[in-house]
Amino acid sequence: MAEHATHVPGLAHHFVSMEQQKEAGTLGMWIFLLTELMFFGGLFLAYTIYRTTYPEGFLYGSHLLNVPLGGTNTVVLIVSSLTMAMAVYYSQLGEKKKLIFFLLVTLALCFVFLIIKYFEYMSKIHDHLFPAFGTYHPSTTGPHGIPLELQQPVRVFLWIYFLMTGLHALHMIVGAGILITLIYMAQKGRFTKQYNSPVEISGLYWHFVDIVWIFLFPLLYLTGFHVSGAGH
Amino acid sequence: MATEVMQSAEPRTNYLNAGHTVKSWLLTLDHKRIGLLYLFSISAFFFIGGIYATLIRLELVTPQGDLMTAETYNKVFTMHGVIMIFFFLIPSIPAVLGNFLLPLMLGAKDVAFPRLNLLSWYVFIVGGGMFMLTMINGGIDTGWTFYPPYSSIYSNTQVTLAGVSIFITGFSSILTGLNFMVTIHTMRAPGMTWFRLPLFVWAHYATSLIQILGTPVVAITVLALGFERTLQIGIFDPKLGGDPVLFQHMFWFYSHPAVYIMIIPSMGVVSELIANMTRKRVFGYHFVAFSSLAIAVFGFLVWGHHMFTSSQSMYAGLVFSLITYAVAIPSAIKTFNWTATIYKGSVSFDTPMIYALAFLGLFTIGGMTGLFLAAMGLDVHLHDTYFVVAHFHYVMVGGAIIGYLGGLHFWWPKITGKMYPEIWGRISAAIVFLGFNLTFFPQFVVGYLGMPRRYHSYVPEFQVLHILSSAGASILALGFLMPVFYFAWSIKYGKPAGANPWGAVGLEWQTPSPPPTENFTYQPVITTEAYEFEHVEEIKNAGKAEALQTA
Repeated sequence: MAEHATHVPGLAHHFVSMEQQKEAGTLGMWIFLLTELMFFGGLFLAYTIYRTTYPEGFLYGSHLLNVPLGGTNTVVLIVSSLTMAMAVYYSQLGEKKKLIFFLLVTLALCFVFLIIKYFEYMSKIHDHLFPAFGTYHPSTTGPHGIPLELQQPVRVFLWIYFLMTGLHALHMIVGAGILITLIYMAQKGRFTKQYNSPVEISGLYWHFVDIVWIFLFPLLYLTGFHVSGAGH
Repeated sequence: MATEVMQSAEPRTNYLNAGHTVKSWLLTLDHKRIGLLYLFSISAFFFIGGIYATLIRLELVTPQGDLMTAETYNKVFTMHGVIMIFFFLIPSIPAVLGNFLLPLMLGAKDVAFPRLNLLSWYVFIVGGGMFMLTMINGGIDTGWTFYPPYSSIYSNTQVTLAGVSIFITGFSSILTGLNFMVTIHTMRAPGMTWFRLPLFVWAHYATSLIQILGTPVVAITVLALGFERTLQIGIFDPKLGGDPVLFQHMFWFYSHPAVYIMIIPSMGVVSELIANMTRKRVFGYHFVAFSSLAIAVFGFLVWGHHMFTSSQSMYAGLVFSLITYAVAIPSAIKTFNWTATIYKGSVSFDTPMIYALAFLGLFTIGGMTGLFLAAMGLDVHLHDTYFVVAHFHYVMVGGAIIGYLGGLHFWWPKITGKMYPEIWGRISAAIVFLGFNLTFFPQFVVGYLGMPRRYHSYVPEFQVLHILSSAGASILALGFLMPVFYFAWSIKYGKPAGANPWGAVGLEWQTPSPPPTENFTYQPVITTEAYEFEHVEEIKNAGKAEALQTA
């Protein structure tokens, strides 16, 4: 059986069967996602500690963020998860055209997210709210002003914001690279009904990156959203 | 034990003569060759780290800081620690012996992801190369623990570069762990059920778990430290609202379990050595298997015992202290079960067994002194003294490195197809054992008397103990150097080993030495549990027949 199986296209020589190869690939991605979870986990821990230490700073900092833009990005990502799921579905049916279409839509949504994120970052830097390189000079008045006594705690919130969303955006960029590779492979007709696990495994990655954002959005943007009078 | 010479197993292709070009090594996807690539790289790091250890012991011969300045000394012990931990101990057994043996023991052709396996070596080399760059640029002086705010604000050395190199090297460890875990789950041969796995495999499963769950946390921690240093964002800087103790929590969340990354594989090796060298089934197989997992799990819950004196709440300390005590339970289960295995076994005193026995004694001392340090009251006295230094060297050298050397001797015939000279092996094992104890036992005493770690000068009363320690270090160095020469000698002049020179059980002994590229020329099917010595003659003969067939 092993002799015969080596002739299956897409099956690496050290696996006995397609099922074994698929199982290994899927388990590998799940374990990788576990490491990603621990990687982000360190920052979620820092978030928890500092939010407990500086509740007002976090409340105030949260109100500096642009909820409509963040909300739009949340919707963009959730839709991209749907289109990615569709891509996986059509890869399993072996429908090349639909697979490529949904991969392209996912890629487009990825870029929409990154462009919106870019404008969000730029507006923060413009308001002197970037907490590094000594560029953090927020004004004390105006819509983006911070009272003097809160400037330090808000700074803590802001570096957590930049570090967490920055790492998330980096994962989106890696995801874009993966999508482009998948589109190229699909174009070459590499995926069939029998061999499509790269699409499925990449889908797992994509959903994970989405889920991280699903946690980041409320934790960063919506802190104390219900508290009237907080912030501006 | 008499070594059997099987001439018939000579002229055939194996993984070593399958290709002779440099390219065939640097682009190899064969787990056995990757294991050897790791062997050469980590051996280089071991001897660089050893040079730093030599400098430390030379400085401490006299009470005055006369060989080097305090600043230089800070760099020397930091470089020793970082190199030995991140570039030698953590990859040692998993990346060398694990890589070589895991697929063989499972009856697989390779690990689940051969490309990822090769990538992990390249990542290791890039990280290691960057650390060498750090070394050339003057090194770092923060201690291997990188505590801020010293590391983030005050140190003028190459902390960022060192941090990046450790960040990168961490991924090599993660990739190895991921690969092993998937391999153990999906690549087992027909009939190889979980409870037929050799205990070496169980130990590597537990180790992989720590590598997967712990390493990402230290990655984000050193990343944060790097940002802190370069961008001044104040993650751990109290002046900017940060908390330096948060670094300690995050660092030790990985770095305490990392100790188990170093010791658990060694325990796996010792299980194999003791079973095969006493020709008995390991007593309480299931307990030994699960105790590896228990150590891995408990290991994640004890990091706070590094911070009994770092403003941690007393009640948190109490819990961390209790859980630390709990780690002693699975460790003791292993030690007692190994002892019970030896009892009434037909014990051979070949080199691997000498190392295994040394491990039993030294690990017991290392583990028991760990309990001293887990007791909060006593730790206040012993914290940051040479007692701690002696304790972790008993675990890391007396445990991890002794196990690694024992394993290297045991599987050397499998790796190279040649026997090392047994008499030299025994002599060097004895020298390592004596030199090690002479080096580190006096450090328990000097630490208990109050000598703090990381000082380059000390009060004259301690000189005798330090001279003993330095003398021991030179003996230990000799013991570590000898295998380099006789292993190298054996490759050319050693007696051919044959498929199974030890009469050992285990799948890796049922294929010729050195194994063919695809590991087995047949599909292994497993019908018995591990360590079935009743059938050993049968297995031996089967191995012989197999070797003859493929010749």
